[in-house]
Amino acid sequence: MSYYFAILSPLDTPLFEHEFGTSKSGGDGHPRFTDQARHLNQFILHSSLDIVEELQWTQPGLYLKVIDKFFQNYISAFVTASNVKFLLLHQPTTSVPAANGEANTAQAAASSRVNSTSVGANPTSPQTEEAIKNFMGEVYENYVKAVMSPFYKAPNMEIRSPVFRQRVAAAGRKYL
Amino acid sequence: MSQPRPPPTSSGNPSAPPQKEPSSSHATGLRYPSNGKTIYHRHLSRSRTAELSQASFAYLFSEMVTYAQRRVTGIQDLEKRLNTQGHPLGLKLLDLLLIREPPRSQSRPLNIITLLHFIKINLWQHLFGRQADRLEKSSDPDAPDEYMIIDNEPLVNAYISVPKEMSQLNCAAFVAGIIEGVCDGAVFPARVTAHSVGSKEEGEMWPGKTVFLVKFQPEVLEREALIGGKG
Repeated sequence: MSYYFAILSPLDTPLFEHEFGTSKSGGDGHPRFTDQARHLNQFILHSSLDIVEELQWTQPGLYLKVIDKFFQNYISAFVTASNVKFLLLHQPTTSVPAANGEANTAQAAASSRVNSTSVGANPTSPQTEEAIKNFMGEVYENYVKAVMSPFYKAPNMEIRSPVFRQRVAAAGRKYL
Repeated sequence: MSQPRPPPTSSGNPSAPPQKEPSSSHATGLRYPSNGKTIYHRHLSRSRTAELSQASFAYLFSEMVTYAQRRVTGIQDLEKRLNTQGHPLGLKLLDLLLIREPPRSQSRPLNIITLLHFIKINLWQHLFGRQADRLEKSSDPDAPDEYMIIDNEPLVNAYISVPKEMSQLNCAAFVAGIIEGVCDGAVFPARVTAHSVGSKEEGEMWPGKTVFLVKFQPEVLEREALIGGKG
């Protein structure tokens, strides 16, 4: 499972982005995106903004769950009170080990069986939704703290604080 | 606000150069506070009783008005500057007040009424320790986009007496700026202005009575009609 997380301002400017991998079920916390996918991720994420802007007026909750899917890429969205969007692209890796020859298929099947109950294997399961919700909640708290800084000009300034990045990474390790 | 300062590092060797901190040579150029606590280590929630001295606020606010008054061309200009000072506060308070709500009732305002209630109750409670006195919709059929938040005696004007030749001025334009920031942040773009109405017939009881006139942009009403009272 690999994740690409981005914070977008109300004017759709990226304020912060972070890539990480799952730390659950023995994951090492590193993303498994190829270089090509990295560029594509940004496209996929931004193309889901239209859907966010439609959905955000239909429900008052902050967390909008999985809102978009592009092949194996799932997008979860979270909209803050000040219309800043948190978008998380998640890509289950369990479907990737194809074309590795037949020796690996048994192993892959075994590992996917182990993963089927874990967070991330099934991007739309209630457990995954809950985990992402918790992750977003924690990032939101830290985002508000970043905004509270008198030197931060809300809501269209890039967040450069390394402490903020550490906090987001820690939230990712904790929940995803 | 009373973060205890760490004791100054003992200067056992006065001849040593003062900058010996290894952290200052960090690649990002970021300097951490000496106690290692950043803004991210502080709690967002605050106890109900946390209050600030009104005297010091009044002093600070008088300086803000004086500052805004420099090189202004007129009262409108002065009010605009006060409004601009308040605007970023509103943008930031919106998120802060929402996250201080209990998690179950955290929700974004989706229509004008919920937004104005949020301002009347949460924002006023946070800033002034009480709710705004009244919320009204303009009775003028030509102005369906106008709403009024009424405060009988605005805290910011408590120690301000406006000279006769500036009778148009209401320094609560600063609060109007905060309201405008909240509205803009929540994607309800609006113009908010403060007006004194204390001299009118019912004003005898509240000479400082102020009306905050919230005029929403046409696209807000258009969206309001589309989503139709949901949320």
